Amino acid sequence: MEIKYYIGVAVALFCIGIIGVLTRRNAIIIFMCIEVMLNAVNLLLVAFSKMHALTAVGKATPSVVSDAQLFVFFIMVVAAAEVAVGLAIIVMMYRNVHSVDVNFLNRLKN
Amino acid sequence: MNNVLQIVWLIPALPLLGFLINGLGRKQLSKTFSGIIGSGVVLGSFLISLYAFFSVKGGNTHVAHYFNFINIESLKIGFDFQVDQLSSLFLLIITGVGFLIHVYSTSYMHEEERKDFAKYFSFLNLFVFSMLLLVMGANYVIMFIGWEGVGLCSYLLIGFWFKNTQYNNAAKKAFIMNRIGDLGFLLAVFWLISKLGTVNFGIQGHPESGEGILTTLYTKLSSFDITCITLLFFVGATGKSAQIPLYTWLPDAMAGPTPVSALIHAATMVTAGIYMIARSNILYTLAPVTQTVVAITGLATAILAATIALKQNDIKKVLAYSTVSQLGYMFLGLGVGAYTGAVFHVMTHAFFKALLFLGAGSVIHAMGGEQDMRNMGGLKKYMNTTHITFLLGCLAIAGMPPFSGFFSKDEILAAAFQKNPLYWGVGVLTAFMTAFYMFRLYAMTFTGKFRGTHEQEQHLHESPAAITIPLMVLALLAVVGGWIGIPEIFMHGGHRLEAFLEPVFAGSNEYVKAHAPVKELSHTTEYALMAVSVIGAFMALLYAWNKFSKYEKTGVEEKGIGKILANKWYVDEIYDAVIVKPLHSLASFFNNVMEKKAIDGFVDGVGKAVNYGSRQVRLLQSGHVGSYVLLMVIGILILFIVQLFLK
Repeated sequence: MEIKYYIGVAVALFCIGIIGVLTRRNAIIIFMCIEVMLNAVNLLLVAFSKMHALTAVGKATPSVVSDAQLFVFFIMVVAAAEVAVGLAIIVMMYRNVHSVDVNFLNRLKN
Repeated sequence: MNNVLQIVWLIPALPLLGFLINGLGRKQLSKTFSGIIGSGVVLGSFLISLYAFFSVKGGNTHVAHYFNFINIESLKIGFDFQVDQLSSLFLLIITGVGFLIHVYSTSYMHEEERKDFAKYFSFLNLFVFSMLLLVMGANYVIMFIGWEGVGLCSYLLIGFWFKNTQYNNAAKKAFIMNRIGDLGFLLAVFWLISKLGTVNFGIQGHPESGEGILTTLYTKLSSFDITCITLLFFVGATGKSAQIPLYTWLPDAMAGPTPVSALIHAATMVTAGIYMIARSNILYTLAPVTQTVVAITGLATAILAATIALKQNDIKKVLAYSTVSQLGYMFLGLGVGAYTGAVFHVMTHAFFKALLFLGAGSVIHAMGGEQDMRNMGGLKKYMNTTHITFLLGCLAIAGMPPFSGFFSKDEILAAAFQKNPLYWGVGVLTAFMTAFYMFRLYAMTFTGKFRGTHEQEQHLHESPAAITIPLMVLALLAVVGGWIGIPEIFMHGGHRLEAFLEPVFAGSNEYVKAHAPVKELSHTTEYALMAVSVIGAFMALLYAWNKFSKYEKTGVEEKGIGKILANKWYVDEIYDAVIVKPLHSLASFFNNVMEKKAIDGFVDGVGKAVNYGSRQVRLLQSGHVGSYVLLMVIGILILFIVQLFLK
């Protein structure tokens, strides 16, 4: 499959993520949208890696082919850690203000 | 010869020492001691000057080099002293007359407090030091140091009684007017440096290099350069020597103590301009345009000041205008190329004008500070010495033979006649006026009845010896001082001064002889000219004497031309309206509008704008996460777009 389809899907996902972040007030949904954006980038990374491997057949060393594929797993691990922290924050927020609406958090003090 | 060089530095150093002793010890020293120090150092300088004078009599010129004052690349200006005929003559006048005036001051200023007394002498010594530096400097830069120094001392001494605002204003006026002239001097020096690369007098006309000098000047300076330089120097001279248009400070300078007027504003400082032009004579000879300007300015000043002096009632003001007028004569002499005549007149004028001022001081002393001649009269009875010496001084300034003023004035007038009979006509008219106002002054002061208060009459007395002895010495000089310059027609080889000064003016004389010879006056013409001026002055003298010995106080205001003259042609008022007032309003415009509105407004405006701007921008910090994110996204988009277009 051509690279442009991958790019199209990734851009679509990313835009969905942005729009979600911009329009929604629910912290959990915003968080999900951020994850969508992250995965859009992941997808792009993998796709470009594949493309790069195809064009460099014969000359490239095996590491060129598999680097980004492996890299994505690291990103996913980091993202999982981030999710753990993020969800903890949201839980704390809910405990304090009994809401997950981000507009409640418009003050630095109190 | 080297003996002279070894000690000439003492001539200015002694007054400087006196200045330091009196200035630093003014609270400790007794009046007698500071008087002795003050006068003694000047006497010391006088004796050394005498020695220097005799060493240059044979036509030598000594230049003593001490150190490099300015040393940049090719420009080397040395701290050099030059002792030649011209400077040694001035040294004698300054230290000689200066010494007499110092002695006179010990008595005249005796009523001052102890520390003021010492301060007075320290200023006086500082003045003598600066004046000596001016005269001895071997280049224009050293001369300029002295030139500025005398201006400063003049300021300090005019404003000596600084608690009086009017006196302070007079001092400031003198200083500012001098500064205007000094600018011209300074520009001329810069011009000389840029074109010639040197400011030494030596380059312009010394007997030993004669013709070579002229060629150097011609190759390096165009005639335009020479004219501009000489004109700028002349601007400096008009400031220092009180010529039109900068003369108005001198009459106001009479606010200072009378001996100061005698020393600074009659005998020495005001002649600095004449000295400087005589010193630069070769340049002036090469610039006929400037010479005409100098002659006409001198002549105009002479007659203008003489007309004003006719109607003044303040005894010192009459003398002040008379000084301005006589200085005009000297400039006329310089302008027509009679350098010797001008220097001669400087010398005789120093004698008789110092005498007249000191005499006036003695009168003022006796009158208890009164300066208005309308309240004097009949002082002959009370002050015999003052009266006789004053009369001799008046006769000398009026140009009566055989008193000194006759010879010097006659020489200038004869030279003026050679150049242009019109100059002579105006000059002679001025001479008549001089005789008239001097004898008006004499008659109103010394003859007739006493017109002051009874109290003043009780107080009248002859002044002490410290005042009368200088008067007698100066009177003697005023009588015989002219005999060193007896014209050729009376006595062959009689003009010893001309022979003495010959080396200094040799370059100019040669040039004139070669390029524009003036024809000698026939003896008959010369006798006729003398007869006209002497007889005319004598008539004026008699008329004034007759008219004013019967003077009565009438209290009638002057009318018509008399009123204009009494108000000094309203020159001060015109200057006030044309220059001072506009300057003041310009200054207050800058103060009130530019400073307060524009500059302060701008500075305050910057502060206010920052304050206002930050208050507005602060509102962006709303705390809404959504808007932050939106701004972030917009920002990233903008970066993308910029990136696209830059590629």
